[in-house]
Amino acid sequence: MSNESIVQHDVHTHADHAHGDHHEHAHHEHKQHFLTKYVFSQDHKIISRQFLITGIFWAIVGGLMSVLFRLQLGYPEETFKVLSAFLGDWAPKGKMDPEMYYGLVTIHGTVLVFFVLTAGLSGTFSNFLIPLQIGARDMASPFLNMLSYWFFAVAGVIMFASLFLSTGPASGGWTTYPPLSALKEASMGSGLGMDLWLVSMALFIVSSLLGGLNYIVTILNMRTKGMSMTRMPLTIWAFLFTAVLGVLSFPVLLSGAVLLLFDRHAGTSFYLSEIYIAGKALPNVGGSPILFQHLFWFLGHPEVYIIMLPAMGMASEILSTHSRKPIFGYMAMVLSLIGITVLAFLVWAHHMFVTGMDPFLGGIFVLLTLLIAIPSAVKVFNWLTTIFRGNIRFTVPMLFALGFVSLFISGGLTGLFLGNSALDIHLHDTYFVIAHFHIVMGISAFFGMFAGVYHWFPKMYGRFMNNTMGYVHFFITFVGAYVIFWPMHYEGVAGMPRRYYDYSSWESFKQFAELNQVISVAAIVVFFAQLLFVFNYFVSIWKGKKVLDGNPWQANSLEWTTPILPGHGNWDGPIPEVHRWAYDYKDNGEGGDFIPQNVPLKDGEESH
Amino acid sequence: MSGLLLVLLVALIFIVLYQVSRSSEMIARIQGEEVFDKKRNKILSYAMLVLYAAFMIGIYICHEYMMPLIGPAAASLQGQDYDLMFKITLYVTGSVFLVTQFLLFWFSFKYQRSSDRKPYYFAHSTKLELIWTTIPAVAMAVLVAIGLKNWFGMTGPAPKGAMQIEIVGKQFNWISRYPGPDGTMGKRIYTNINDDNNILGLDWNDKSNMDDIIIPNGELRLIKDKPVELIIGSRDVIHDVGLSHFRMKMDAVPGITTRMWFTPIATTEEMKKKTGNDNFVYELSCDQMCGKGHYSMRAVVVVETQAEHDAWMAKQQSYYAQNHPSETPAAPATDAAPAAKDTIKKITMN
Repeated sequence: MSNESIVQHDVHTHADHAHGDHHEHAHHEHKQHFLTKYVFSQDHKIISRQFLITGIFWAIVGGLMSVLFRLQLGYPEETFKVLSAFLGDWAPKGKMDPEMYYGLVTIHGTVLVFFVLTAGLSGTFSNFLIPLQIGARDMASPFLNMLSYWFFAVAGVIMFASLFLSTGPASGGWTTYPPLSALKEASMGSGLGMDLWLVSMALFIVSSLLGGLNYIVTILNMRTKGMSMTRMPLTIWAFLFTAVLGVLSFPVLLSGAVLLLFDRHAGTSFYLSEIYIAGKALPNVGGSPILFQHLFWFLGHPEVYIIMLPAMGMASEILSTHSRKPIFGYMAMVLSLIGITVLAFLVWAHHMFVTGMDPFLGGIFVLLTLLIAIPSAVKVFNWLTTIFRGNIRFTVPMLFALGFVSLFISGGLTGLFLGNSALDIHLHDTYFVIAHFHIVMGISAFFGMFAGVYHWFPKMYGRFMNNTMGYVHFFITFVGAYVIFWPMHYEGVAGMPRRYYDYSSWESFKQFAELNQVISVAAIVVFFAQLLFVFNYFVSIWKGKKVLDGNPWQANSLEWTTPILPGHGNWDGPIPEVHRWAYDYKDNGEGGDFIPQNVPLKDGEESH
Repeated sequence: MSGLLLVLLVALIFIVLYQVSRSSEMIARIQGEEVFDKKRNKILSYAMLVLYAAFMIGIYICHEYMMPLIGPAAASLQGQDYDLMFKITLYVTGSVFLVTQFLLFWFSFKYQRSSDRKPYYFAHSTKLELIWTTIPAVAMAVLVAIGLKNWFGMTGPAPKGAMQIEIVGKQFNWISRYPGPDGTMGKRIYTNINDDNNILGLDWNDKSNMDDIIIPNGELRLIKDKPVELIIGSRDVIHDVGLSHFRMKMDAVPGITTRMWFTPIATTEEMKKKTGNDNFVYELSCDQMCGKGHYSMRAVVVVETQAEHDAWMAKQQSYYAQNHPSETPAAPATDAAPAAKDTIKKITMN
């Protein structure tokens, strides 16, 4: 399908006048029904906003869950009315039931990893930015794109419904290792809650595949004239590899989930062997629970990069734009993205060093895992060099991008402890792990996402988000995130296991009671600071300062050549042609410090 | 009531912030956006310096507070290597951390927007990129080398003469088994398990089971300076034998036998003196999520001298004898009560 024909039914009025004065027709929108315009929309920009707002909903749900279980962790002796208010009979007299504690931990992890940081992050920004930045009218298949959102929405509805079951939601951890997750005798959450979890994940995987295929095809085939691969902004490179990772690894998780469903309901023994539970010896023999872990982590590890790469791409773009300098080492950045993508598939078993796996195999995975530090280090040094001798504007997106780099460094370095099996053997499944992955793929990915939202909000809604609230949001979140997660490293070094409901009876871990309270209070403060962001987001949609200049950040990439609020089809006239790379932040000869991609090379000027 | 007040308070703060931010937009319009932006940029550049200072001071305070709490040095030979390797990794990563964070915040401050600075068009430098690809590569090679040396050392076969103890997890406690005088542990068959009189499913046709000793609360009695190999199993779901003081950890997987070995170097009594804590106890924690009682799946590890161990061992009766009193002289039934309770549960469930 040609780039123009895709959205023809929407923009044919413009196409007819493509050579005329298109400004006249800028608001000549094809009348659309509310349902097709805002609900079952095929416009990538609407779909991206659907992903973002659904992601925000899930972030609030997941964040609130963490507040509830932090109350239990910080104050195991106390009772809270708020727990009864939210959990009802799961918290009789304000004391949380352990089954529900594990349910909350599980769903918190699942929704934040998949619904917020996968769908909410790459769903939002891949959709929004790919067509706008490569110069396309829409995705290769707007219809599949719409389906991708609706599969995600249904997955979410099912997950949400599972919270209200009498046996509670899935409660075996977001990794749902069998046999715990396979046998309903093993825990209450392994009943219907687990089935709904698996069905929800299956639908989510479908959503992710539909989206991912679309992103890849669009990037490879629908770039505007002159937009060679090496002229693409790094955001697009990052979205491309994110999609590749998802398309190649999500199906493996699906197979793992299907086998688990068979074990649960069809009497198979893929993951079960020699089990005696609830007073009965089960007939299953010959399966291996470790098989599930291989299948799970074959997605689970690339998933970390599915979360990280979009944040890296957006941070690169934002650091460059707001320091008025080209990104340093563009090709090295692309190569390191490739390196990370390839290695992401070869390191999954570092999550399984202590499962009794062959130590030699473990050794291979140590080597491959630590290799990933090299492209990551290159990226960090390149970001630092990008801001070096720049002209930095401390806009809200820039602060979040700088915060992203700080958190990525802090969280990435602790990966060198966990990736080395000889150190992991003590740190595995302790708070050290919690600290590591929350900082590196939780908070830092969130920072990338926030940077993206603040940066592209003007393009999404034609208005700015409020700055003052943005700054307050940044400083509270940055400080709060470190207060929450930094001390957890020490708890991990002491061997304090994760996923414990109460530590007070442990001689080795009870000395952290006071610290756990500090962490809980910080978590609550940070949660409210995120609500401030949500408040800012929704108020600014209608009340924010209007964007008057089509290119408010003075950026080079193509999305800023569209009208302030582009309709379906993005450009009123023909799609602009690209003549240079996305990072020509240099003297334009007329007092400006940037040259957009659609500006032809001057006489004698060399292309990058 | 207090919940309502809290919600109101938060709403109030949001509204105040919103009004403040609206007025700042107004001030910007009056002063002129350009002037206002410049002023704000200046303030924020100093805020970044303050943030950096707060960050570093915070880390220092946290370190001072936490260090006394993280427990004693490793109590096993392998753990000593572990602690050394941890330290080396910490020095490597710590110095990278300090340098890069400093540069990040310093560059932010130093290269803040200024009308008389022209940003330096610096897009590429093969030399620099080679340098910072090579340095991490070399550092990684060193860390991998140390790591693999320790890893293969600790995961290799246990030394000859190591004592063997089996430790089996179930929801939600540990069960330990000692080989008894014959020095070998007999076969277990999972279908033989019952909570009445065969909690590990020992095969009574296997004669080497007859003298095996089972401790239903999972207590591990180790001997100072003597290597011990744990034979690890699980009855139901995946558990994990976590021995934080010895820097060791291994999953207990149903259907699969896993192993780990180490050499304890300090008795419990010595550790009490060393830590100044009379309640000090080595604990075995379950480190793999196993259900609602996961957090309570605890067992005690006692490290003692050979003499103490022998005295303790002499007092133990074999599991077979405990459960077949008619064939042997009457023995005090340990933990008979909980076993009986489980049986009732079993009958009602069937």
